[in-house]
Amino acid sequence: MPFDYYLNIAASGLLTGLVYGLAALGLSVIFGVVRVVNFAHGEMMVAGMYGAVLLASLLGLDPILAAPIVAAVLFAFGWLLQRGLVNRFVERPEHMQFILLLGIATIILNAMLMLFGPDSRNVMVPYSFDTVEIGPLLLDAVRLRAGAGAIVVTVALFAFFRFSRTGKAIRACADNPLGARVVGLNIDGLYALTFGIGAAVVGIAGALMTLLVDSRPQLAPEYTLLSFIIVIVGGLGSLPGALLGGMLIGFSEAMAGFLLDPSLKSLFSYGVLIVVLLLRPQGLLGKRS
Amino acid sequence: MTGRGIVLLALCGALLLGAPMVADRYVLSVLTTVLWFAYVGQAWNVMMGFSGLLSLGHALYVGLGAYASAALFVHFGIGPWAGMWVAMLAATAAGCFIGFLGFRFGVRGVHFALLTIAFAEVARIGFDHLQWFGGSGGFFIPVAGDAGNDLLNLRGSPELFYYVILALVLAALALSRVLLHSRLGYQWLAVREEPEAAEAVGVDLFRARIAAVAVSSALTALGGVFQAFYFNNLFPEQVFSMGRSIEIILPAIVGGIGTLIGPILGAFILTPLGELLTFLIEATGFDLPGLKQLFYGVALVVIVVYRPDGVWPWLADRLGLVRRPGEDA
Repeated sequence: MPFDYYLNIAASGLLTGLVYGLAALGLSVIFGVVRVVNFAHGEMMVAGMYGAVLLASLLGLDPILAAPIVAAVLFAFGWLLQRGLVNRFVERPEHMQFILLLGIATIILNAMLMLFGPDSRNVMVPYSFDTVEIGPLLLDAVRLRAGAGAIVVTVALFAFFRFSRTGKAIRACADNPLGARVVGLNIDGLYALTFGIGAAVVGIAGALMTLLVDSRPQLAPEYTLLSFIIVIVGGLGSLPGALLGGMLIGFSEAMAGFLLDPSLKSLFSYGVLIVVLLLRPQGLLGKRS
Repeated sequence: MTGRGIVLLALCGALLLGAPMVADRYVLSVLTTVLWFAYVGQAWNVMMGFSGLLSLGHALYVGLGAYASAALFVHFGIGPWAGMWVAMLAATAAGCFIGFLGFRFGVRGVHFALLTIAFAEVARIGFDHLQWFGGSGGFFIPVAGDAGNDLLNLRGSPELFYYVILALVLAALALSRVLLHSRLGYQWLAVREEPEAAEAVGVDLFRARIAAVAVSSALTALGGVFQAFYFNNLFPEQVFSMGRSIEIILPAIVGGIGTLIGPILGAFILTPLGELLTFLIEATGFDLPGLKQLFYGVALVVIVVYRPDGVWPWLADRLGLVRRPGEDA
């Protein structure tokens, strides 16, 4: 049955990868529109995780039901952050944006460390240990739900950008900020909205992630880097690319953890990143600039 | 620089030279840390400040320098003054390789920064598994005890290390100044400001950029050699960490990117700020893990919002230390 083994590992890697992809989607949306690299992305994700942990322990809420509440809180946070601080850095050089967001990341990370302590917290759901059999596959129920949740949010995001007037306005900003201003769009407001959406999306990813891993503040820098890798691999500004990149990274992590040493699994992600940067710097689904 | 600036610089230099006479062990260790960050910040500044190449993986060069010199010393008894050449060579080779890949394939800006992070992370994970370098359990240089100062093997008292790092800082400052006023330095500035225009007037972009990476990585490797022999222990998780890379670049950004004094001033602001926070937190008894870093984050945000060009340009202008453009001597 060794082949079934691989198939199972691959499938669970891909499902985890969907959640990674969702997190990266938030980063991609912010970078694609506001042109600011959100170095506090992993911190926002872990904030989402703790939001879900808190709601689960206080109200006994399932992380999937907690996700909309977490999303609303992080939306407000992202909106205020863009309005209050990031907006005045949009035209400034990259390294200054980097320092600003690094400062914000440090604040979020250590606030969480002070509030929740360094120990891991986990969320128990009634189906924590259930498995679902699909053909030759034997999948964890939590992983299936997390993956499904990621797909639902992704589809909703696509629909928003494709069909709604606001979504189209945001895309106009991304394509040509000056042109968008000329036709009378409120750029600053749309930027704040975009940052809020990006934060909300990564918050949902965090809430879903609590089904798969224990929450620790120390995860934050890892998730920041992981989101970056995925966005670069998939192609900056490409939403399907982020999802594809997430699945690729989830798959390679799972395979590396299984075939080699689990401590070597991120080496593979970096390997994939380096190869993509060199052979296809615009990313798998990115457009050549 | 105006006369007043030169006097002030000389005064600061004299103070630093005399510091070990009055400073106790604690102050001396803080000063050594400050100078170390000033030095590596200066080295990083060659890439970012002079040539506009954002590297977020400078911990790689520190680590390669540290591990190369430490391994040569422990395994073969080769002292740091010989080992540092190997250390510089290793770091420069790595830097040029990354630069070659990046510049040849047109990897720019954020993407280039990510490439540097990726290589530093690969090194971190790699060194975790290299048993010859101690793996994740760490690599240690035997502590000499009180055998007196041995400058040849870089073993000895805190004062010895203090003067070594002070010499390194001054040498890096002098080198940066010479480079900045050389043909290569002007090419760097041109490449930083307008790559297309620089290329149009005949600057070889690739060569200028590779030269910046080579100089920066070699200088940074020396910082690694110092670190190895000062602390006597090396752990991949610390040496190559992303956090270390960020610590390296903060002084230069806070002090003022692209300026000569900026990285030094930045180090003198940030490290004592951290120490002050520790002191205040201990004094008030309000000790929570993360509180110090939280203040640190707030300080970063405040500095970058109110002094986006760094503290040095503003301070120099305020104190009349540099001539304003168009002003005669």
